[in-house]
Amino acid sequence: MSSKKRKNLTPTQQQYQDFAKARELKIPKVKNCVRAFLVGGIICTIGQVLNWVFITYFNFNEKTAGSPTTAVLIFISVLFTSFGFYDHIAQWGGAGTAVPVTGFANTISSAALEHKSEGFVLGVGGNMFKVAGPVIVYGVFSAFIVAIISVSIKWLGGM
Amino acid sequence: MIKGHQTWVFESKPVIIGSAAIGGPFEAQGALANDFDLLHEDIWLGQDSFEKAEKKFMEQACETAIKKAGLKKEDIQFFMGGDLINQIISSSFTARTLGVPYLGLYGACSSSMEGLALASLLVDSKFAQNALAATSSHNGAAEKQYRYPTEYGAQKPPYAQWTVTGSGAAVVSQHGKGPRVVASTIGRVVDMGLSDPFNMGAAMAPAAVDTIEAHFRDLNIEPSQYDLIATGDLGRVGHEIAAELLKKHGINIPKEIFTDCGILIYKDDQPVFAGGSGCACAATTTYGHFISRMKRGELNKILVIATGALLSPMSYQQKESIPCIAHAVSIEM
Amino acid sequence: MDKLIWAFIIGGAICVIGQILMDSFKLTPAHTMCTLVVAGAVLGGLGLYDPLVKFAGAGASVPISSFGNQLVKGALQEAKQTGIIGVLTGIFEITSAGISAAIIFGFLSSLVFRPKG
Repeated sequence: MSSKKRKNLTPTQQQYQDFAKARELKIPKVKNCVRAFLVGGIICTIGQVLNWVFITYFNFNEKTAGSPTTAVLIFISVLFTSFGFYDHIAQWGGAGTAVPVTGFANTISSAALEHKSEGFVLGVGGNMFKVAGPVIVYGVFSAFIVAIISVSIKWLGGM
Repeated sequence: MIKGHQTWVFESKPVIIGSAAIGGPFEAQGALANDFDLLHEDIWLGQDSFEKAEKKFMEQACETAIKKAGLKKEDIQFFMGGDLINQIISSSFTARTLGVPYLGLYGACSSSMEGLALASLLVDSKFAQNALAATSSHNGAAEKQYRYPTEYGAQKPPYAQWTVTGSGAAVVSQHGKGPRVVASTIGRVVDMGLSDPFNMGAAMAPAAVDTIEAHFRDLNIEPSQYDLIATGDLGRVGHEIAAELLKKHGINIPKEIFTDCGILIYKDDQPVFAGGSGCACAATTTYGHFISRMKRGELNKILVIATGALLSPMSYQQKESIPCIAHAVSIEM
Repeated sequence: MDKLIWAFIIGGAICVIGQILMDSFKLTPAHTMCTLVVAGAVLGGLGLYDPLVKFAGAGASVPISSFGNQLVKGALQEAKQTGIIGVLTGIFEITSAGISAAIIFGFLSSLVFRPKG
């Protein structure tokens, strides 16, 4: 990925980039992975507890409990974003907050809040999916391709 | 008059007769808080958008600088303003409030010295009696425009920087008492092919080095003639790179006098990653802290090199790299 | 009880994959989430994601990869009932709760709150 970019650089530029990279403040990769594991694990555990609550006290089963659990996690994420401390947790937890559905909710909620100053239609409505849009687009498109292939294979198999 | 390839020497040495630095909450907790004219706890300044707040910061800086110069708005012939927001609306709307003939500038974070250089040029060439130069930046507005919504949980890398919320302004005049602008080196655009909008320091360092080299070559002087040489907002990463590059190019700036406004403005325990950035970084540090030190007699001759990254959110999405620029101004007491 | 432990471990592990994509492959959060969603869709199509959900519960259903799986499941379920057109009509059936909740709560929050900066 980066080697294609490098081919367009002059030798001086390549030299400088190597020089700069060696002096970059290093991302603490191991520390980040540990933190992501902890925070992501905790969020998923909370989700598991919510699953159990919905199965035990409400009329959900193993298959259908996922939806209300997702909704509750989204609600909590939006609340934390609105109170202004989601980003602090996320700075510490990294992918641990971004990968669970809480990250998805945070992208929508933070964009909605940010663009309130441009009005509710063009600002909030128009910008809400600024970061979440790609996830939906690629999710739907890849699901479409996968489903078509799957259906075609079954159909060909049945012939 | 012009000296060398790209340096202006101001024979009449225009005077900075009034200057102001306004800051926000992070700057109030920072290392240079005492040298700010006004510090605000609320980044909104009672407005309903970050952009409107930034305009208010700039208006305050301009009005304070004009008042400290002992003048009125009507005494200023020209206003040079620049900022980071699309179409530099903070500056344009401030110009609307001031009612002064206006020249809008865009140099990203190098706008402060670009403005000061041009204001000094107008005054030195007798094309203005009094000229005002100002810039501003706002953390919320900058993050919203260049990176992500402020409440978004993206994990910033350790080499990211924190945009200063505030504004700096200076009134340059033919007559009066105060620090004098002696010379200015106008930078050219330097692009080393870097494209990470979270690592501006490394992108801007080569531009700073290019302008610094040009300055010393054009004027044929030694770095040791200055008491202080400060880059605008290279931050910890960019400043170290610049220092090494300068040594490689044979320019010996003594370590004790070489610093960076982005490193100076905040304390070590503030969550600002590699340091401050934004137009207001160099502006508030120069017009507040450095000028205060000069008036106290601690500094006699300084060189400020404001650095700017000339990308736009769209250029980044179109896979362009980040072209950078740096403008230097030499001020002496 | 051990479901809780596996939820923690598998959920954490998927997040670590995300962290590696961001730190080592220098992907933006948006690119990372897209990669995981597409991976979830592919695994879902191969029939490998549902067993993971059965095993790890929320550890597999909470991460964004499950979104991809649910999109595929919705499409396939509807296609089984109504033929190939079901791929289009069924995609959002299972994920409806997530997307609706995000839009509704996100919008409601913008009515009341302001960003803190």
